[in-house]
Amino acid sequence: MKRLIIRKKSRKNFITYGIVLVAYIALMAVVSAGAMPSALQGLLVPMCAYIIAALSLNLTVGVLGELSLGHAGFMSVGAFTGCTAAMALADSGLPVWGRMIVAVVVGSLLAAAAGVIVGVPVLRLQGDYLAIVTLAFGEIIKTVVTNLYIGIDPNGLRFGFLKPDIGLGKGGRMIVNGPNGISGITKISSLTAGFIIIMLCLVIIFNLVDSHSGRAIMALRDNRIAAESVGINATKYKLMAFVISAAMAGAAGALYALSQNTVTANKFDFNTSILILVFVVLGGLGNMLGSIVAATVLYILPETWLRQFSDYRMLIYAVVLILMMLITNSSKVRMLLAKLLPHKKSAEKEGEADA
Amino acid sequence: MSFINNLINGISLGSVYAIIALGYTMVYGIAKMLNFAHGDIIMVGAYICFFVCSGAGLSPILGILAAVLVCTVLGIVIEQLAYKPLRQVTSLAVLITAIGVSYFLQNAAQLLWTSNPRIFPAIFGNGGVQLGGDLTIPYKTLVTIGACVIIMVALILFTGKTRTGKAMRACSEDKDAAQLMGININSTISLTFAIGSALAAIAGVLLCAAYPKLIPTTGSMPGIKAFTAAVFGGIGSIPGAFLGGILLGVIEIFSSAYLSTELANAIVFLVLIVILLVKPTGLLGKKISEKV
Amino acid sequence: MPELKFEKGKMVPVPSHSIIPERDLGHAPVLECSHLGVDFGGLRAVNDFNFTIGKTEIAGLIGPNGAGKTTVFNLLTKVYNPTRGTILLNGMDTHGKTTVQINKMGIARTFQNIRLFSNLSVEDNVKIGLHNQKKYSTIEGILRLPSYWKTEKEAHERAMELLSIFNMEYMANWRAGNLPYGAQRRLEIVRALATDPCLLLLDEPAAGMNPAETAELMENIVKIRDKFQIAVLLIEHDMKLVMGICEGICVLNFGEVIAKGTAEDIRSNPTVIEAYLGKRGAE
Repeated sequence: MKRLIIRKKSRKNFITYGIVLVAYIALMAVVSAGAMPSALQGLLVPMCAYIIAALSLNLTVGVLGELSLGHAGFMSVGAFTGCTAAMALADSGLPVWGRMIVAVVVGSLLAAAAGVIVGVPVLRLQGDYLAIVTLAFGEIIKTVVTNLYIGIDPNGLRFGFLKPDIGLGKGGRMIVNGPNGISGITKISSLTAGFIIIMLCLVIIFNLVDSHSGRAIMALRDNRIAAESVGINATKYKLMAFVISAAMAGAAGALYALSQNTVTANKFDFNTSILILVFVVLGGLGNMLGSIVAATVLYILPETWLRQFSDYRMLIYAVVLILMMLITNSSKVRMLLAKLLPHKKSAEKEGEADA
Repeated sequence: MSFINNLINGISLGSVYAIIALGYTMVYGIAKMLNFAHGDIIMVGAYICFFVCSGAGLSPILGILAAVLVCTVLGIVIEQLAYKPLRQVTSLAVLITAIGVSYFLQNAAQLLWTSNPRIFPAIFGNGGVQLGGDLTIPYKTLVTIGACVIIMVALILFTGKTRTGKAMRACSEDKDAAQLMGININSTISLTFAIGSALAAIAGVLLCAAYPKLIPTTGSMPGIKAFTAAVFGGIGSIPGAFLGGILLGVIEIFSSAYLSTELANAIVFLVLIVILLVKPTGLLGKKISEKV
Repeated sequence: MPELKFEKGKMVPVPSHSIIPERDLGHAPVLECSHLGVDFGGLRAVNDFNFTIGKTEIAGLIGPNGAGKTTVFNLLTKVYNPTRGTILLNGMDTHGKTTVQINKMGIARTFQNIRLFSNLSVEDNVKIGLHNQKKYSTIEGILRLPSYWKTEKEAHERAMELLSIFNMEYMANWRAGNLPYGAQRRLEIVRALATDPCLLLLDEPAAGMNPAETAELMENIVKIRDKFQIAVLLIEHDMKLVMGICEGICVLNFGEVIAKGTAEDIRSNPTVIEAYLGKRGAE
């Protein structure tokens, strides 16, 4: 049963900001006290990157209502361009945070550009056809990046496609090395950077949703024909949501890449797109806090708690995923569970499907 | 000569895609869901055939039969356990469940059969039909193309002429109305999954006869490509899936032969995008128009 | 006596701006359709549709099921592009315009099968109708600049004012999809009015309403016309409503106009009776 009355969004938004802030402070306290296991510490920044990716995909799937199966492609664009920018500026004397900002900004802008290139044709299609074309674009981006060579020498950046020989001058070095991706990355991203980007994304999404543009986007989701009849330009607002979403994914990619030693194009394949989609769907469409929680739990779970099951962990992960979908979506399964666990109140959860 | 060879190879690969795509399309047409676990059923089918032929040393025909049988049962079991409880909910929830099933099958295969590649036996022999000059068509290619054509014709006849086939089409148009007309929705959907999975098993065997390296993720990429092929031809349409599969195979082989091996996949997807922009519901898909 | 004007060397009557020439209100017409038609494949869904409606006129479009009434609405709002003929809105040709541009030019509509933004609140549905009267950009919205707060406050007040037409202010925070049927139809009218139209198209506004609700709706349609000084064109099967408030009625059958006139004319027109009841009934 959907809620009859829609409460003011602002309160829920502030709760989300609050939870993220408290989580950040708590994590920083644990890290600075040295109480964080090193295995877990290395997961914090990628976790932030996945949270951002999930938030951005929720804008496309939950708010705009279009299924995208190629979201990792935009992360890839952000990761490779952002990382290239950061590495090209390594000797420029720019402080670490300065390079980080440049990397994230470059990553988002180029991912946004990719968003425009993909969005213009894709958003003319509908439903599953749109989904398959986003998948196709994701694969194309992966192939292009796999065959991309970028190097730097005193004359500036040099690019090559398909052939590794890009004619680097004296003192030049390769940055992006085709199928081997980028290696020897200076890990300049940090939990604080991740936190700031998450907060920025939340502010952008919440403020967008609660403005005339956001309402136009949701109107298109609920009923395109009616939206056009009240004068809403479908292409413009669909593209707006899609491009903002792509830009955020680009930021997530840059953040992620700069927390790793190496990144390759294969890291951002169809499976990654699907992983992010799983976060979004399990967290609830349009529910940003849900995306954050789902991304956190589902990213950390296989790496920590499920470790004890060693070889079986991904199998258990799959079973958990299926069971979660069955429990949250099927009343029959819920009733069955309630019978099996008579002492426990049924795990009924009110679906919060709306932004 | 190499052109004709490439063409034959393309049609052969395309036939495998087409058989997978036919399964996708049947399931999509009736359950209105993208069954992402379909590709992994291909892998299971190939493994079963491998163990029966190479492991137990039985005849390939028994291997294929065993693969079809196991996959059919597997398909029905998956449908009953994972998809049936979700029949009334949004397609997105079912999609995620299908992804869960896909993870499950891949990881179960990894545990059972390890990730060491197995080399699939040449079950159709290594010979071929001599066509003059240096042009030979291997038996496996002939079998693949023949199987694909037979399957497509059989499916068209089945859905068009038989009672059960008509019930399937009725279900795909409107489940509620079909139910009111006395059609058993549950058994019809189960049957569709059974047919789709049996096709996947056959496709798995044919795929591995052509590309013998067998690992737990063998089915993933062909699964995605066949899904692309189904959309290419117009998802829900049986001739569309056939046409889409063949075209995809030919485009893939030609682009890797004449343009670039590295970019072959990208070119395949690029062609798909262009086709969908010109024909937004695929080559043979029904035009969707919303009544205002 | 009709007004005359000089054209091509002779005196000709000035074309009337109303459905019924005798009732010409002296205003320029808000909408003029001439020889409008559309084919779907071989089917002539609408053919040679000539129609004008005055600035503050309430007109009805009636006809048996499948006569092409909704198709006319879809042609006017460019959901379909006409195969033939022209549509002038306030004297401007609407050829080549899109649905969005048509709305900006002043036509707003409701739908036969209700099309609300059902996951959003009632207030947001109305605010979406106010979309093109916004006074801040997306960036200003995200940054929450003063223009955002000012416009949003105005939008809230305007939405409440519009909802008050149907006494629906107390429903502002309800989820639109959960409203009772009648309220959903009324909300569609409010949303259409929010776009500040000069011509309001209502597609079966009274469908599914009980007689009391219909009577109230009739009052409200007249009230809306008087308050906003707009033209209203409505499709309706409830003859009480049509005969009660429409100043002019146009009857369609098989995509062609078979009669035009006042309620009186239509009631006694043998062709109309035949169209509705068949040949035997007309005798």
